[in-house]
Amino acid sequence: MRDVAVVASAHSAVSATTDTPIELLIPVINEALANAGLERREVDFWCHGSCDYLVGQPFSFVSAVDALGAWPPIVESHVEMDGAWALYEAWIKIQTGEADTALVFGNGKSSVADMFRVMALQLDPYVEAPLGTDQIALAGLQARMALDAGVITERDMAEVAARSRRDALANPVALVSGEVSVDDLLAADKVRDPLRAHDIPAMGDGVTAVVIAAGDRARSLASRPAWIRAIDHRIDAQRIGGRDLIGVPSAVAAAERCGVGGDRIDVAEIHAPFTHEELLVGRALGIDAATTRINPSGGALVSNVLMAAGLARIARAAETVLDGTADRVIGHATQGPCLQQNLVCVMEGA
Amino acid sequence: MTDETADGPGYAIAEDGSFTAPLTLAYPYARTVGPTYGTFLTGLAAGKVHATVSADGTVFVPPAEFHASTGEALTQWVEVASEGEVVSWSWESAPGNAQPFDRPFAWVLVCLDGAGTSMLHALDVTDPSEVRTGMRVRVRWAADAEPGIGAITCFEPVTTGGAS
Repeated sequence: MRDVAVVASAHSAVSATTDTPIELLIPVINEALANAGLERREVDFWCHGSCDYLVGQPFSFVSAVDALGAWPPIVESHVEMDGAWALYEAWIKIQTGEADTALVFGNGKSSVADMFRVMALQLDPYVEAPLGTDQIALAGLQARMALDAGVITERDMAEVAARSRRDALANPVALVSGEVSVDDLLAADKVRDPLRAHDIPAMGDGVTAVVIAAGDRARSLASRPAWIRAIDHRIDAQRIGGRDLIGVPSAVAAAERCGVGGDRIDVAEIHAPFTHEELLVGRALGIDAATTRINPSGGALVSNVLMAAGLARIARAAETVLDGTADRVIGHATQGPCLQQNLVCVMEGA
Repeated sequence: MTDETADGPGYAIAEDGSFTAPLTLAYPYARTVGPTYGTFLTGLAAGKVHATVSADGTVFVPPAEFHASTGEALTQWVEVASEGEVVSWSWESAPGNAQPFDRPFAWVLVCLDGAGTSMLHALDVTDPSEVRTGMRVRVRWAADAEPGIGAITCFEPVTTGGAS
């Protein structure tokens, strides 16, 4: 296996903008390249994660190439997934020896429709999607199951929200931030029982871009690259009534294959748009909140840019290695209703 | 604000001059659902709930074509009850179009008697105090339904008699 590392990243997020996806992409891609000290022509492979359902235009992702510059010809690919899966593809591309550097990006405009309803179109098209449900209703079903089982409490969920908003104060692209007490959060009404407003993510328009590189190329681009030691993704059955919503088996399997439990984890960035999801994924990955800093960026709860928020978790975890504040970290990403599919990426500074 | 270019429902020009127009996506194709869902969805129109069974005895409702863990093709069928238990629920406080009710209701995962998995649907209650995990519910069948999930209007609470 070739050693591959994250060497630079950049992010943007706003609540709503009339900028086109291309206009949103260009500055963030430029910033990631500048942070890496890499020229466009030095990028061997470009890999993009996005979802055409967000803008309601088939093949709309093709226009993103305008933000890359396609002359002289470039090598690029796209996954209809969060950018974290584009990073997985780029990592494989580098493993094949076809590329030494890659720019990976994920982007989404959440403001153009009720994305909680749009994302529910991922459900089974015959027995679930026709009911017209939404992602908040599904999250509520999963949260209540965990609450009923005594695996989590409403206070645990409020603590996730309070900590995320506090951490978000230091994140310039967070959409929600502030000091708020757990008791005040719990005093609020449930907007979609069992969920309160603080359990539901702040949706955003934006981009995350990440530069990864192999071996000596990575060492030349960053003084302390975040080396990808393991990366794996697994999927559970589609229908939410036919799988273990509390145990999240696909996250357990991905963590096992990545050897997550083999050593301490300094930082875990968990892709959890809803508060209970962070708690369930933390359990599935075997994260000990006493020794691991969870979501120091504030997480997807405070800035949920669809199709970028998972890649952002890998980037945010990598940034703590790049800046020398952590040695062994996890970036996690999820897709599909109720944590159906899970990706785990373990990175180390040495 | 002038409205020269905006006409028709949903068309508008915002304060910043940007023009917004509705975009309604549709999927107007007919396609076969295959033998597994075909059996299930046709059964619903006849007021019956058909389920597939795996070698380990798991009963799948709605039926699965394959066992997700073993890959076993599921071709054995049983019929299960149209009554069961709420496994989980969440409240719909802001119902929208194309949902089972146009007023607040509960989304439920229901495990029908005899089933090993649960199915998603709506429960006909009007206040969160009327629903709890473990409560008994039954299918309310649509009259003269076409084959499809729409043959189930919703679930409704099973009242056991006596004081409500």
